[in-house]
Amino acid sequence: MNLTELIIKGILILVLFGVTLLIAMYSTWAERKVAGFIQIRFGPNRAGPGGILQPLADAGKMFFKEDFIPSQANKWLFILGPCLAILTALMSSAVIPFGESIKYDDLVIPVQGIEINIGILYVFGVVSLGVYGLMVGGWASNNKFSLLGAIRAASQNISYEIGFGLSIIAILMMTGSLSIRAIVEQQHGFAWNLFNQPLGFIIFLTCAFAECNRTPFDLPECETELVGGYHTEYSSMKLGFYLFAEYINMFVSSAIISSLYFGGYNYPGMDWVRETLTGSLGAATGHNLATLIGTLVLFGKIFFFIFFFMWVRWTLPRFRYDQLMNLGWKTFIPLSILNVVVTGFGLLFDIKYATWAIVVVMVILALVSSARAPKPAVQPQRT
Amino acid sequence: MKPTEILFYALTAITLLSASFVVTARNPIHSVLALIMTFFCLSGHYILLNAQFLAAVNIIVYAGAIMVLFLFVIMFLNLKTDDEESKTTMTKLAAVVVGGVLLVVMVAVLRVGTAATYNPSSYSSKVGLVENLGIVLYKDYLLPFELASILLLVAMVGAVMLGRREPGDRHY
Repeated sequence: MNLTELIIKGILILVLFGVTLLIAMYSTWAERKVAGFIQIRFGPNRAGPGGILQPLADAGKMFFKEDFIPSQANKWLFILGPCLAILTALMSSAVIPFGESIKYDDLVIPVQGIEINIGILYVFGVVSLGVYGLMVGGWASNNKFSLLGAIRAASQNISYEIGFGLSIIAILMMTGSLSIRAIVEQQHGFAWNLFNQPLGFIIFLTCAFAECNRTPFDLPECETELVGGYHTEYSSMKLGFYLFAEYINMFVSSAIISSLYFGGYNYPGMDWVRETLTGSLGAATGHNLATLIGTLVLFGKIFFFIFFFMWVRWTLPRFRYDQLMNLGWKTFIPLSILNVVVTGFGLLFDIKYATWAIVVVMVILALVSSARAPKPAVQPQRT
Repeated sequence: MKPTEILFYALTAITLLSASFVVTARNPIHSVLALIMTFFCLSGHYILLNAQFLAAVNIIVYAGAIMVLFLFVIMFLNLKTDDEESKTTMTKLAAVVVGGVLLVVMVAVLRVGTAATYNPSSYSSKVGLVENLGIVLYKDYLLPFELASILLLVAMVGAVMLGRREPGDRHY
């Protein structure tokens, strides 16, 4: 690795890091705007045009608030909690391929933090570590509500990691590689995994919601039952780190969902775009421009999923705790095991769209059960 | 010293320090966190040996799942108070005997066993990568691998049986 390559790689990593932070920052603004739109109100609109400076104002507020540590709290672990949360959140975007490659002289540099052949396992490992930030912080606060929130976070993450992992296994069986870049490259053009793995996608999406502690699975910070959940005792930038980590996790999960199921930087007609650009602008410039378009397409998909996260948050009410556990253990784990088995059959007998059979059967079952359910009797309104 | 050697010694020092903190810490939560740190350093050693798959699986299984459950249980037990008095002389004596026996076994093994050697000219640095590991597991060690998975399945069924609610049990 010579110096030029090192410098380009370094700039690339810094840019990706900065973009991650910027998107997480503006997700807070976008979330409030989306909430405002859904609830027919304005949302933040005072700081700058359309409230565009609101994240900066929030950050300023967070920094200058009193940094309070409860007297009975375990001081070091209290500080360690938010640090762990933000550290693990920032680590996970390292292996996501954000674009094809940059050509400079005769160097070809992939637009990715680091390419390792176990990429998806790395993400999985880092995601499973994310729960330590919540647990350590919740326990160190020396508050029963915080402890309950931490314990809920831990049990929820462990439960949903199984469905998460099993839905990834179906993808791995089809692609035969653990590297995210290899998985994305196999979805060249419009051959997205979504069309082969519809059920896996739905399970993965729901588990991603649970792993990010987003509504309808935000029981660790369920304010009607637990005051503020694991961050009840936190104030100032420590609280800011917890909230920020949630938005970074949202960005990273959106990026992973787009890469695994929605083709990453692939889009229909990408070969034509590449040939036209390289034909008219020269090999290197055209290639880099085509890469840039692919990256923008990926970011479009990511923004759609971030919007989807917010849309669900302001549409669905929160689950009850037993409903959450039943959904994870009794619905998603059997379904994802079935998905793995059917995918295996599909690979064995070379049926490409085998898993659609489960979807069709499930839709028929749902229709039959809703048709056979007793209709509620119409009760006349009392006057 | 080569950079990998510096990395190795630094990692080893952190591993040993955190591992000894696991047994000396008064607070069980600190113990658990130090144990997680130890697992991390072990994963670092796997990466130095170019066994990325083992490193990732070690983090997922041990640091990500088992230690979360450890922390979970210890948080519920709330062992913050020093319960040094509850350890009787008998317990301490038994602990010393067990630890001493383990030490003897380890010393014996290290004295008798020889470290495996390798030929630097024919050595492939890709031996620890996931493709090669998979081929070895499913070709040369297929029977032990399947037996281990059956063992895990039996353990899982056993755990479900133990946790099952009997007809007369209370509903929570």
